[in-house]
Amino acid sequence: MRGFLPIVIAVAVLAVVPAVVHSNVVLNFLVVALMIALAGQGWNILGGYGGQYSFGHAAFFGTGAYVTAILQVHYGVNAWIGFAAGIFAGAAVGAIIGGLAFRAGLRSSYFALVTLAFAEVLRIVASVAPITGAGVGLLVKLDLRAQSFQFQSRALFYYVILALVAIALVIAQLLERSRFGVWLIAVRENEDAAMALGVNAFAVKLAAMALSAAVTAAAGCFYVQYFLFIDSGIAYGTWISIEALLTPIIGGAGTVFGALVGALVVKSLGEGAKLVTGDVPGLDLMIYGAVLIAVIRFAPRGLVGAFADLHGRLARRFMAPQPPVREALRG
Amino acid sequence: MAEPLLSVEHVSRRFGGLLAVNAASLSTPAARITALIGPNGAGKTTLFAVISGFLKPSAGRVRYGGEDVTGEPPHRLARRGIARTFQIVQPFAGLSVRDNILVGAHLRHRARSAALDIAEAVAREVGLGEMLDQPAHTLTVSGRKRLELARTLATEPKLLLLDEVLAGLNPSEIRDIVPVIRALGARGIGVIMIEHVMQAVMSLAEHVFVLAEGRIIAAGTPAQVAADPVVVEAYLGHGAAAKVRSAHVQ
Amino acid sequence: MLSPLILISAVLNGLMTGAVYALVALGLTLIYGVLHIINFAHGALLSAALFAAFLAFQKLGLDPYLAAFVLAPAFFAFGYALQRFVIGPASHGDDRNMLLVTLGLAVLIENALLYAFRADTRTVDLAYGFKSIDFGFTFLAVPRLISFAAVFFVALALWLIMVLTDTGKAIRAVAKEKLGAELAGIDVAHIYAMTFGLGTACVAIAACLLIPTYYANPRAGNAFVLVAFTVVVLGGMGSVPGALIGGLVIGVVESLASFYFGESLGQVGIFLIFIAVLMVRPRGLFGASA
Repeated sequence: MRGFLPIVIAVAVLAVVPAVVHSNVVLNFLVVALMIALAGQGWNILGGYGGQYSFGHAAFFGTGAYVTAILQVHYGVNAWIGFAAGIFAGAAVGAIIGGLAFRAGLRSSYFALVTLAFAEVLRIVASVAPITGAGVGLLVKLDLRAQSFQFQSRALFYYVILALVAIALVIAQLLERSRFGVWLIAVRENEDAAMALGVNAFAVKLAAMALSAAVTAAAGCFYVQYFLFIDSGIAYGTWISIEALLTPIIGGAGTVFGALVGALVVKSLGEGAKLVTGDVPGLDLMIYGAVLIAVIRFAPRGLVGAFADLHGRLARRFMAPQPPVREALRG
Repeated sequence: MAEPLLSVEHVSRRFGGLLAVNAASLSTPAARITALIGPNGAGKTTLFAVISGFLKPSAGRVRYGGEDVTGEPPHRLARRGIARTFQIVQPFAGLSVRDNILVGAHLRHRARSAALDIAEAVAREVGLGEMLDQPAHTLTVSGRKRLELARTLATEPKLLLLDEVLAGLNPSEIRDIVPVIRALGARGIGVIMIEHVMQAVMSLAEHVFVLAEGRIIAAGTPAQVAADPVVVEAYLGHGAAAKVRSAHVQ
Repeated sequence: MLSPLILISAVLNGLMTGAVYALVALGLTLIYGVLHIINFAHGALLSAALFAAFLAFQKLGLDPYLAAFVLAPAFFAFGYALQRFVIGPASHGDDRNMLLVTLGLAVLIENALLYAFRADTRTVDLAYGFKSIDFGFTFLAVPRLISFAAVFFVALALWLIMVLTDTGKAIRAVAKEKLGAELAGIDVAHIYAMTFGLGTACVAIAACLLIPTYYANPRAGNAFVLVAFTVVVLGGMGSVPGALIGGLVIGVVESLASFYFGESLGQVGIFLIFIAVLMVRPRGLFGASA
């Protein structure tokens, strides 16, 4: 239970915000930031803990979004059921892409390339297929009732996305302490050595990919409920592949809070830039690119990692005495 | 000999035009320490890779505990009880010593607390008890070899394949680690070790196989193999056996 | 259903487009062969070069084919600086970090272009831009014929550099055996930067060849480069003949596929080939085994 205390505190602090802040602009900003944090936590499971860098996570965001949108718009299915279906569909697509890629033994750059290609294929197909609304996209009918997963008050949307993020944080925490998580991290560090120790690397990577896809798909479903519109550029565009990757890398890949920290920081930078120079397209992503390079250069373990390093250094300076020389010389 | 634990039957492995392992056969009963020696490039690590599932043989069979396990993947063989170390040590560099060994311990123990206990016990067994929280990449060569051994021991193997575990160690480090290996035999764990450090082979191994140019050219006790002229020739070249004999005579 | 003449025309057009794909792929495969990284910034660099060619024409009145002689060295220097001062230091020698850094560069460059030029496409109108030559059985556009010829000259020039100059030999040494080259006294960081510069220069020349018939916009390079990735994977990572032959093949395949199935599905077809090659034979036609 002790391990979950930081999550409880973080969620509690965030939960208080709508009671204190009444500006719709700020709430909207936070809702979007939390949605990106959710998508990023999905990426984090596969990329941060698993070490498999996907450059096409849009494939899962978009699948979640389209499945729930199509079910609601074309088949009149309830929005909450659509939500569940979207998550499941995202996981299925993750399993398919992962199964194909990992079966073929694709690693590192090749894996990144193939995920990029799959996302692009989906985007092009969605941009011409009638069921996804082709070039026009899909509009979900306005129906401001809780049973349609739409709310009059922005604060309610905020609480829903906060709850989803909280679940994602708990998933990461459980992962770290579980045997599956230990195996996943081992595969990341050295796949052959892990296999020699009995880890079924293929099965572990595949499960991680399905879980990762499910979490990111949830973010896609939420997008549809919040904005009530989806098209191929939004669903499967490179913007979400990049943001889902960027936030955990900047915040700290392979940590519980990395994606959340990264999303809040990155989105704040973007908004800050817009305040200074006006709403010019491209500026926020430009900054994201520059920040990504800077983080890799100066703080490769991300903000959470850098903070942990600093904490460790200060602790060593002020707490433990220097170890005896003999100890240091022994292997 | 009772039913052997491991039986390698006429295994060959081809890489394009190169026949790295040529109809090699060997077997070992449980709880015995066996050495696999031979000049560099003989194919010893390739044979290990076949036995541990990292490579499929081009021909031949591998039997373990009576069952045909030819071509099974490494993780399945590890579950059966075949574990291996790597010639070039492969620690999980970013993790602590404890977390490294934990990976192995989790094979047989799902619960984290049980696996952590096993990890600590194994660490103490190989002499890494003081370094459990150190990052693996800060260990010396000797420490990393011990870590590699600890990780594999944590999987509770019945057969351990050690690939040049003594390479890169100085004589006092070798002296320290030999009893650890000998104790494995006493614990009922079979060991096959690829080794170049002859004094260790002589003192540890109960049985020796010699591999040269992909073929098994001799087998027997360490003393028998050391005296075999075919073996001397394999290491020192054609005609060397006669030279060695004549040098002794003088 | 289709007359053989139309088919031949489609194939010839495919070859000419393919030549430019080959040039872009050449830069990519050169970088991969030496640095062993997939340069995700390649597309953004192409977009930047397209804008540069456009601006050279608009502001300086410079014909794109002449601009190539200015832009190639300029982009060579840019690429050199990028590798030497940004990518190299940031990646700390780790594959995964290099992936992320080149991705970061791609995002940065592409959006810097978006910020500076907005999303509208810009085109260049040349006097002879629409001219074509009558070969009797078909008409072929002049700019595209020039591209085809130019690519082979560039490939030849690169080959001469690799074989005759000291730098070229050093590049080949580093590609083959980095540690050995380092021990022999070669400044690997410098060679990496030279290679990246050469790859970027290829992109700049390709942009100049493209701008008469194509367009400049922040995302233009990406569309081209995904095809270039396919070429490199098909031809084999690090293989120069692979890039050339692969480029021509993909150009023809795309031309025929677009003809029969329409443009969007033609694009999807390329990606499916890409995915299939990655799964079935990742080393492509001429590449070394992984």
